[in-house]
Amino acid sequence: MTITRSPTTFGTGATLNQSSTNDALRHHPVSLTWFNEMYDDGAAPREHYAAYAEWLASKPLEFMLQKQKEADALYARHGITFAVYGDETGVERSIPFDIIPRILRPGAWKKLSDGCCQRVRALNAFLKDIYHGQEIIKAGIIPAQQVLGNNLFRPEMRGIAVPNDVYIHVAGIDLIKVGHDTFYVLEDNLRTPSGVSYMLENRNMMMRLFPDLFARVAVAPIDHYANVLLDNLRAVAPSGISNPTVVVLTPGSYNSAYFEHAFLAQQMGVELVEGPDLFVADNMVHMRTTHGPQRVDVIYRRVDDDFLDPLAFRRDSMLGVPGLFAVYRAGRVTLANAIGTGVADDKSTYIYVPDMVRFYLGEEPILQNVPTYRLGERDDLKYVLAHLPELVVKEVQGSGGYGMLVGPAASKIDIETYRARILGHPASFIAQPTLALSTCPTFVDSGIAPRHVDLRPYVLSGKSVTLVPGALTRVALREGSLVVNSSQGGGTKDTWVLEG
Amino acid sequence: MLARAANNLYWMSRHIERAENTARMLDVTYRMSLLPYRVLEAGQEWADPWALPLVITGRATAYYERYQQVTPDNMLYFLVFDATNPSSIYSCIQSARENARSVRGVITSEMYEDLNDLWLQMRKTDYSQIESKGVSEFFYWVKLQSHQFRGVTFGTMLRDEGYQFIRLGTFMERADNTARILDVKYHTLLPSVSEVGGAVDYYQWSALLRSVSAFDSYRKVYRDAITPMKVAELLILRDDVPRSLHACMNEIYEILRLLCDRSQLEAERLAGELHARLHYGRTQQIFDLGLHEYLMEFLEGISLLGDEINKDFLVPAYTSNTAPADAATQRQSSSQLGLQPLE
Repeated sequence: MTITRSPTTFGTGATLNQSSTNDALRHHPVSLTWFNEMYDDGAAPREHYAAYAEWLASKPLEFMLQKQKEADALYARHGITFAVYGDETGVERSIPFDIIPRILRPGAWKKLSDGCCQRVRALNAFLKDIYHGQEIIKAGIIPAQQVLGNNLFRPEMRGIAVPNDVYIHVAGIDLIKVGHDTFYVLEDNLRTPSGVSYMLENRNMMMRLFPDLFARVAVAPIDHYANVLLDNLRAVAPSGISNPTVVVLTPGSYNSAYFEHAFLAQQMGVELVEGPDLFVADNMVHMRTTHGPQRVDVIYRRVDDDFLDPLAFRRDSMLGVPGLFAVYRAGRVTLANAIGTGVADDKSTYIYVPDMVRFYLGEEPILQNVPTYRLGERDDLKYVLAHLPELVVKEVQGSGGYGMLVGPAASKIDIETYRARILGHPASFIAQPTLALSTCPTFVDSGIAPRHVDLRPYVLSGKSVTLVPGALTRVALREGSLVVNSSQGGGTKDTWVLEG
Repeated sequence: MLARAANNLYWMSRHIERAENTARMLDVTYRMSLLPYRVLEAGQEWADPWALPLVITGRATAYYERYQQVTPDNMLYFLVFDATNPSSIYSCIQSARENARSVRGVITSEMYEDLNDLWLQMRKTDYSQIESKGVSEFFYWVKLQSHQFRGVTFGTMLRDEGYQFIRLGTFMERADNTARILDVKYHTLLPSVSEVGGAVDYYQWSALLRSVSAFDSYRKVYRDAITPMKVAELLILRDDVPRSLHACMNEIYEILRLLCDRSQLEAERLAGELHARLHYGRTQQIFDLGLHEYLMEFLEGISLLGDEINKDFLVPAYTSNTAPADAATQRQSSSQLGLQPLE
């Protein structure tokens, strides 16, 4: 089978202005060429891909095509779907699944995994701190305004103790790879990160499609994820509860991630509830069952803070449970993740995470941030406005790839429109260099061709901070595209961590 | 289990059962329309075989809001494809799949995949395909899909409370439907006296029996000509005919006894009463009262029972200071699609 290895013709890539005054950028020179994870520059498979490459070479293109069709049909049939907001035609779509796995070396994984756990421990310590003593502000490491002036900061959470001091029960850390073992953290997702069901279903799909592959390559298993999650959730039950009832709270079947909510509830063997299934009485949360009310102790909620309780937050919320926050504040129910974690994954807080690692843990960060310009700062703003065609600009509080500017891919008009938006409120934006995201061979219409990928491992906390050896790999299916979000034409791949 | 989950399971199976029954009914209508029958007298348009399904499903008003005349094309479209008709096969399959989707963690993945696949196929089907492949072929397919889903459920699902609610939905819907189909004899099949025992009469009865898969059973049990008395006995009182009222009530009563456990609920009592009437009833009593009157009484009982099941299990209203019960109640009314009283 031949591999199309057309060089990416995409823009100017990560050109950096060396005269930049931004220290972070000077200290983090970025490679100018795309790193292909499977093949080295001589087009030979890298060592950890050797076994897979040999297998792939023995398969005719028709075979792979057949398997890809089979996978697509199975996904549609399983109803593994996501909904796209703002798309009136399709209520649900299957997320494209690519049958070529992404493979990580055990060594690289060890570093990643340690780095992600370290990061989550620091972020968790940060949350505990800002809702209690605010030492990091007193120490002058983060400006008070950055925390207290952030509209994701929840003053209601001040002084509230959460079980085991855990705020971030589930974190999704988005990473990109730019060189052999060089990963950057792109962002932290600490509110209700989604996508883990795809990590798990993609593995199931690969094992169903290519059982023989798993005999050839020793891939670390990930299917204990739901058990680990449940163990952690049970560990953070309110004190005095010996056999806690855990539920998953979903906004409902029209939510884009509904499939995942149902999937996780099923995998954990717990009830999937919607707001109206729960009610508060006698300072406890109950669910309506066919045998009367039943007390609920731990809620793995996939509903945003704002919608959790119309009595405490948004009054118009139909998704929440009136009175829930009062019970939470009294420590009689646990929410995972805690309320108010958004302030820590905000893109403007992101740049302080390495400092948090040093401050709270007394360690050096294992994983690096992507160099980031804050447009609220005069020098940075000036630089960014002069270099928009080279940069990626994002809204500080945006998510899902909506409303971002990818300079090298944007038209002049797009850039000017965006420039006007930035000038309207510069502090709402950050900018980053267009990074040389690594590529992985991907099955596309023209055969197999390199496409850009990112990586999202899921870190679980409660009893301890851990992650299963796997992650979600998202792939930008359009040639040259750097946007991997499923809402923007991205697909997913199974991610293999080799047992080492 | 969660009341909302139970509610969805119950309606999931009711919707599938309803899709199947609609297919059965339309198939019979189609076959009967192929028979030569006398020219209708003025004022007797409802006796047109194609009007039967409207009488049975109680959807005549909705139909005449859309169409002026009863024609095979209109009827097929209305009862098979019309997405705005909540009783159409299309809508039933869609609703069943939506119900399944909101409880997909409670049912097995085989069940969800089966139903999702059914929905995807239904969505791809259009009227011209049915015409070219044959109407009966399509109805056969719908019936088969329903059998298959029940089979997947029977073969894969844990025998827990959820399973009981699925079965409860199936038999509640089936009992309702068998009673309605039988009542059609009163409305439409009733031939003029001279035709009793004639060829058309025979075909009408046999079509009715076939629509509930009871034709062969009739011959096995009675080895005799088809008479109204015996058909009524077969489809009402015999509990070895799987779609008879007695067979359905056996299941419903047994399930409710299980579900009520030790608590004493009105649903169980009412089911017991309905069951006892069938269990200890005699054919002669039915005819003394009048078949139509008997069936109306039964349908009223089933409808009351449905309300009690809602109150006791599916949409419970707890008395609590802070619990708003109205959200759940509203949801119920929207999922209780298309169960119309007889007109």
